[in-house]
Amino acid sequence: MKLNRRSLLKLSAAGAALSLTGLPAFAAIDELVIAYNVNLPSWDPTVGPSAVNPTIQGIYQSVFDQYILQQPDLSPAPGLLTEWGWNDDRTQVWMTVREGVKWHDGSDFTAEDVAWSLARVANPDTGSPIQFVWGTLKNHRVEGNKVIADVAQFDPTIFKWMYFLTGYVLPKAYYEKVGAEGFEAAPVGTGPYMVEKFERNAYVRLKANEAYWGGAPEFKTVTIKFVTDSAARVAEVESGNAHVTLEMPYEEYDRLKNGPLAGVATPVSDIGMIFLNDIDVMLDPNVRKAAALAIDKQTIIDRLLSGYGVAIDTLQTPEYEAYDASIKVGYDPEKAKELLAASGYSPENPVKFKIQTTKGFKPKDYEMVQAIVGLWRKVGIEAEIEVYEIAKHYELRAADQLAPAAFYNWGNSVGDPTTSTGFAMFGPSPHSVWDGADLIEKIAPLWGEADEAKRIAGWKEVDRYIAENALVIPLLQYVQPILHAPGVKVVPHASGALLPHLMTRG
Amino acid sequence: MFWQKLIARIGTTAVTLIGVAVIVFVVIRVVPGNPVAMMLPPGATEADVARLTALYGLDKSIPAQFLIWVQGVLQGDFGTSITTRQPVLDLVLGRLPATLELSIMALVMAVIIGGIAALTGTRLRGTKAEGAIDVANGMALSVPDFLWGLALILLFGVLVPVFHISGRVTPSLDLPFTTGFYLFESLFRLRFDLWADIVSHMLMPALALAIPLAAIIGQLLKQSLKETMHLDYVTLSRTKGYGENHVITREALPNAILPTLTLVGVQFTFLIGGTVIVERLFSYEGLGNMAIDAVINRDLPLIQGIVILFAVIFTAVNLVVDLLYTVLNPRLRHG
Repeated sequence: MKLNRRSLLKLSAAGAALSLTGLPAFAAIDELVIAYNVNLPSWDPTVGPSAVNPTIQGIYQSVFDQYILQQPDLSPAPGLLTEWGWNDDRTQVWMTVREGVKWHDGSDFTAEDVAWSLARVANPDTGSPIQFVWGTLKNHRVEGNKVIADVAQFDPTIFKWMYFLTGYVLPKAYYEKVGAEGFEAAPVGTGPYMVEKFERNAYVRLKANEAYWGGAPEFKTVTIKFVTDSAARVAEVESGNAHVTLEMPYEEYDRLKNGPLAGVATPVSDIGMIFLNDIDVMLDPNVRKAAALAIDKQTIIDRLLSGYGVAIDTLQTPEYEAYDASIKVGYDPEKAKELLAASGYSPENPVKFKIQTTKGFKPKDYEMVQAIVGLWRKVGIEAEIEVYEIAKHYELRAADQLAPAAFYNWGNSVGDPTTSTGFAMFGPSPHSVWDGADLIEKIAPLWGEADEAKRIAGWKEVDRYIAENALVIPLLQYVQPILHAPGVKVVPHASGALLPHLMTRG
Repeated sequence: MFWQKLIARIGTTAVTLIGVAVIVFVVIRVVPGNPVAMMLPPGATEADVARLTALYGLDKSIPAQFLIWVQGVLQGDFGTSITTRQPVLDLVLGRLPATLELSIMALVMAVIIGGIAALTGTRLRGTKAEGAIDVANGMALSVPDFLWGLALILLFGVLVPVFHISGRVTPSLDLPFTTGFYLFESLFRLRFDLWADIVSHMLMPALALAIPLAAIIGQLLKQSLKETMHLDYVTLSRTKGYGENHVITREALPNAILPTLTLVGVQFTFLIGGTVIVERLFSYEGLGNMAIDAVINRDLPLIQGIVILFAVIFTAVNLVVDLLYTVLNPRLRHG
């Protein structure tokens, strides 16, 4: 074919015809399209690996309700349970169940559903990854619109788990009727949206639950497209193919937020930290303290993350219950040099160890570790970087075989110190890294502490002890960037969950 | 003779697949990354680890696990995906049509683009146009498919947004399909609206896959044509008074195409391998996209299923190409 004006016009016409096949535009948003950063492997939010994947909880919370509602600032609020608590001697828990709620299939939501859901995840045979928490309750029973359960082992955080991972209520009658496979094919919840269409690895199309007990969502149809590549996600929203997206490089966020798009970037319950293992040179407190004091966190945040991050000195962020602003680990390279000198190290005779990190798993993770290694070098620490996959991190951590230092991120969307400092630092936990007996002694009594004020104060003391002895190096709290079309108002959730029912036309 | 060769070839293909199955099974179990370690939250106890390890059958020795898996495979059961909790066979067969359609479309595009480049380059040999085609070929070859994908997204997704950036079909459309072959079935059902939508989704990923392959085809075919154009029978056809276009397409091309055909077969398998990254980039719901998720989540049964299926496709394509070559090449056909 000769390439002339006529053939070019024909090609243009073909292109235009193709372009009319459904590309959405920003003008009138009838159907909200979200470019989401991860795939949804499974619809059961209570069992299997998906249930404990923090990045997909926003999708689950669109379709299912948790026992207790969690508000955008992480605080609990009445949800399917309107009231809850322990009896006086803490041998039983009681929960009052909301009345008048319907499942997506039109059937009534009842206290039976709550009791069954709790008993199901407490059963080891179901494959619940959080069975160790739900198993602390037993003999679940219904009394009117109340659910009662006996406490097998007192856990002060049990109600917090009811708005955390796997804390979802599923429909007893429907699940028993269709089974696990049927539920995967056609999930039913009580949440603000109903599943209309689901293509694995592609998209889920949601339809508003007009009878939602919390009020019908503003957008009647929402399509969540699974776009795992960040460049493609940005292109989706930049081209008008999607109205909202999240988790893109901060440079891209800055470029687009004041242009054709709007943006919101707020701190979320996810932190970057360096685990220190109680092996080799890390047994020397001077080395640990020097490593902590030599890191200029704020400069790293400013230079590498465009200022999007909050420097932290404990494993608690300002939103968490045990956050104590008075605990500080400053940037003091001279003090770091002094400490190292006391142990016989200097820039000319550096202490040597390995630091492991992921590369690309979290924003600028590898670059941050490179910067830290550079800062360490100046005070007399020579660290060799080893890049590993996140899967290897989990395996090494479970086997307590991490290097003396290992970069990692830690989410804690309920904000309780048990699920941050507790699980990260308690030696007997297979996932902790520092196993010192002194720390174990300090933490152990707090697991079952019934006095809430005393419990939180106890965790603050533990955090102070950890900071003073540099048993871990907290770095920063991450900020989640969200880009959206000007016609959409997005309410960010501190848990990091992107929730379409909180979005309105704006 | 032909049938003996065919049976022998099928035999070696079966041995290859068994070898792949053994290697994959062992390798994915010895590389770091344990699916149970990945799914357990930090508060889990050793007992929880043991309970879930047993639940997924990972507490047995590797040979014992392999035997169980083989017994299942022989009965058509490739196991259950750990992350999706769906039968592996259903998952991979459900995604296979999407990847096959994308690969075939990319192959067709590559053959057309590469063929046109080769024929044009041969026709215009010795001119500046030939040099320009060679330069374009070199550029196409030096950039990997996923980078072409990013460039196409920027060009046709953002700057001139005419094509869809992600997915396989617009979610709001009602699909009447009974097979996974959306592109072919939409044509068969005369649903040109759906066909246009599917093509609009497929064009960029297919083109990203096609460009490097088109360059290879263009280079090899042009080289073969160049050599053939100097042969006596071609000179004879010229002396008979045939025009240059006739000489190239009717006389030289049939002989020059054989090495290209072999190459296309081999490269097609690489092209299918390339879908892993390109499907991910374009969020195309094929096997490749699913494979990356499976690897990230250490979904061992799903990884096994996908790799085995890829291996079946690779060996089948090679088998078909070999047979086709035998049929098309008279020297081989007559023994």
